Amino acid sequence: MTIASLCFYLFAISVLVGGLFTVISRNPVHSVLWLILSFISAAGLFVLLGAEFVAMLLVIVYVGAVAVLFLFVVMMLDVDFAELKAEMAKYMPLALLIGMILLMQFGLAYGVWETAEGAEAARAAVPPEGVQNTAALGLLLYDKYFLLFQLAGLILLVAMIGAIVLTLRHRADVKRQDVLAQMYRDPAKAMELKDVKPGQGL
Amino acid sequence: MIQADLNVILPEIVLSVYAMAALLFTVYTGKDKMAGMLVWLTAALFVAMALFVGATANGTREAFGGMFVDDGFARFAKVTILLSAAAVLVMGQEYMARRNILRFEYPLLIALAVVGMMVMVSAGDLMALYMGLELQSLALYVVASLRRDSAKSTEAGLKYFVLGALSSGLLLYGASLTYGYAGTTLFSGIIAAAEGQAPLGLLFGIVFVISGMAFKVSAVPFHMWTPDVYEGSPTPITAFFATAPKMAAMGLFARVVHDAYGGVVGDWQQVIALLSVLSMFLGAVAAIGQTDIKRLMAYSSIAHMGFALMGLAAGTAFGVQAMLIYMAIYVTMNVGTFAFILSMERDGQPVTDIASLNMYSKAHPARAMAMLVLLFSLAGVPPLLGFFGKFYVLRAAYDGGLAWLAVAGVIASVIGAFYYLRIVFFMYFGEEQEELETARSPVLWSLLMVSATVMLVGIINMFGVETIAEAAAATLVN
Repeated sequence: MTIASLCFYLFAISVLVGGLFTVISRNPVHSVLWLILSFISAAGLFVLLGAEFVAMLLVIVYVGAVAVLFLFVVMMLDVDFAELKAEMAKYMPLALLIGMILLMQFGLAYGVWETAEGAEAARAAVPPEGVQNTAALGLLLYDKYFLLFQLAGLILLVAMIGAIVLTLRHRADVKRQDVLAQMYRDPAKAMELKDVKPGQGL
Repeated sequence: MIQADLNVILPEIVLSVYAMAALLFTVYTGKDKMAGMLVWLTAALFVAMALFVGATANGTREAFGGMFVDDGFARFAKVTILLSAAAVLVMGQEYMARRNILRFEYPLLIALAVVGMMVMVSAGDLMALYMGLELQSLALYVVASLRRDSAKSTEAGLKYFVLGALSSGLLLYGASLTYGYAGTTLFSGIIAAAEGQAPLGLLFGIVFVISGMAFKVSAVPFHMWTPDVYEGSPTPITAFFATAPKMAAMGLFARVVHDAYGGVVGDWQQVIALLSVLSMFLGAVAAIGQTDIKRLMAYSSIAHMGFALMGLAAGTAFGVQAMLIYMAIYVTMNVGTFAFILSMERDGQPVTDIASLNMYSKAHPARAMAMLVLLFSLAGVPPLLGFFGKFYVLRAAYDGGLAWLAVAGVIASVIGAFYYLRIVFFMYFGEEQEELETARSPVLWSLLMVSATVMLVGIINMFGVETIAEAAAATLVN
C-alpha cells in the first residue's frame, strides 16, 4: 500500500466518521466540530486528487467561515435540540425502513452500473497544457461557464435582497449617527461653563 | 465570439440589468414610495421583452457552447411567462398598496424570478437548468413570505423553502446519476449517449430528475406544499404562483424529457403518465371539500398540471403542442380568475371564503357572468376555450397509445367539474346574505373581462396560437 492510498483511506474514513457524528452527537456544538473534521478531511481528499486550490477554498471558506457561522448560530439561537430529537425519534422506524429500501435499490443500480461509450473520455478533466489548476479553473469559470457564473451571481443577489426584505425594519424612533452634524458642530458651543456660587445652585 | 452569445441572451441581460439598476436607484431615492411606479415599469418592460422575443423569431440559436438554447419552443414559453407575469404584477399593485405590503423589492424580485424562468425554458445543460431553477425558486420563496408579520405567510414561505430545497436535492442527485452515465451535462451529449433502452443507473437518474421537476409543477405525489403556500401567501403572489412559474416548470419539464432523455421515451413515459393520472384525480377529489377559494385554486392547479402532463406523457410532438396550448389557455384563465378573487372583499378586508359568494350575481351581474364563463372554461365545458385545451391533450394521449390515460382524464374532469359548478351555484342560486363588496379597480375589472372574452372569442381560431405552438413543438421534438 502506497502512502497515497493510505492517506486516501485515512481521509475517506474520517469524512464518513465526521459526517456520522455530525448527525448523531447530542451536543450541537460537538456536531459542528465533527462537521469541521469532515470538511478538513474532504480538503485532504482534494489535495490527493491534485486539486490544491479547491482544497484551500474548502478550508478557508467552509471551515473558516461557514462552520464558524454555524457555531455562532447554534450558540446564539435558543433551539431546544432535545425536543427536536424526540420528535425525530417518533418517525425513526419509518425513516429506517425507507432508507433501507432506497439503499437496496441503489445497490441494485450501482451493481450493474454502466456508462455510455466515450463517457470516461468526456469526463476526464483536460486542463490546457502548462496551466496550473488555479488558472485552469479561472479559464473555465470566466470563459466556458461564463453564463453559469453570472447566474450564480444573480442567485446570490436574490438571496441578499431576500434576507433584507424579510428582516429589515425601518423604525422611526431610532437615533442614528449624523456624520455631517458631528463634523460641523462648533466645539466652542459644545460646553458651557457656568460659575455656580456656593450655596445657591443654578 | 462572446458577442454572438450575448446577443442570444439579450432579453435576459436587459431584465437583470434593469432589476439591478432599479434596485440601486430606488434604494437611494424614494424606496417604498416608488414601488407603485416600479410595478408598472417592470410590467411594461415585461411586455416590451415579450414583443421583442416574439418578433425576433429567427430559427434556433445556441449560446455558450449549447448551454443556452433559443428556439421556437423557448420563445413560446417566454412570451407566455412574460405576459402573464406582467398581467399579475399590475393586478396585485393596488391590493398590496392598500395592505401595506407593496415593497419596492417585490417587482424586482419578480423580474429576477422571470429571468430564472427564461433560463429554465432555454436551458441546454443540466447546470444551466439548475441555475435557472434556483434563481426562480429563491425569489419565489421570498415573495411567498412577503407579509412577514403574518404567521400564515411566513409559514408558507418556510414550507415552500424547505420542501423546495428537498426537491432541488432530488433533482441534483438525478443530474449527477445522469452525468455519471453520459459523462457530460450538455443535453446534446446526453441524448447522444442515451439511445434505445436506458440502463438501470440512468433510469434512476431520470426518475430523480422527474421527481424534482414534478415538485416544481406540483404534481401528485409532490404536491403537499401547494395548498398551504397558495393559502398563506398574499393573494397577488398566489396569482403569480399559479401562472408564470407553472408555465416555466412545464416548459422545463418538456425541455428535459425531450432534449436530454428524448432517446429513451419509453422509460419516462410511464412515470409521467402515473404522475398525470394521480394529479388529475387528487386535484379533482380533494378540491370538493374546500371552503377557501385560494385552497380550491391550489387543488385546481394540481388537477390542471395533471392534464398538461398528459400531453407530455404522449411523448410526441403533438403532445408537446397540446401541452403548450393547454398551458397558454390555463394561464389566461387563471389571470382572469385571480383578478376576480383579488376584488373580493368586505369592509375593505379581503375575503376568500367561497360561501361569501352567495347571490353574487344579483349585485354584480356582469362580473358574475364573466366568472361563470371562466369557471366553465376551467371545468372544460364544451363551447369554451378550456374545453379545447383538454381536447388537445386527450387526443395527444390517445394518439400516443395511452387510451387508458385519456379515459381516466375524462372521468377526472367530470369529477372536477363539480366544484367549479358549485361556485357558480353559489353565485346564482345561493342563499341571501350580507352582500360581498367589490374593490373598484379598473385594472382588475378589465383583466377579468378580457380573460373571459378570450375564453369566448378564442374558440374561433385560438388567435393563431395553435399553429405557433405546433411550430414550437416541432423545434423541440425531432
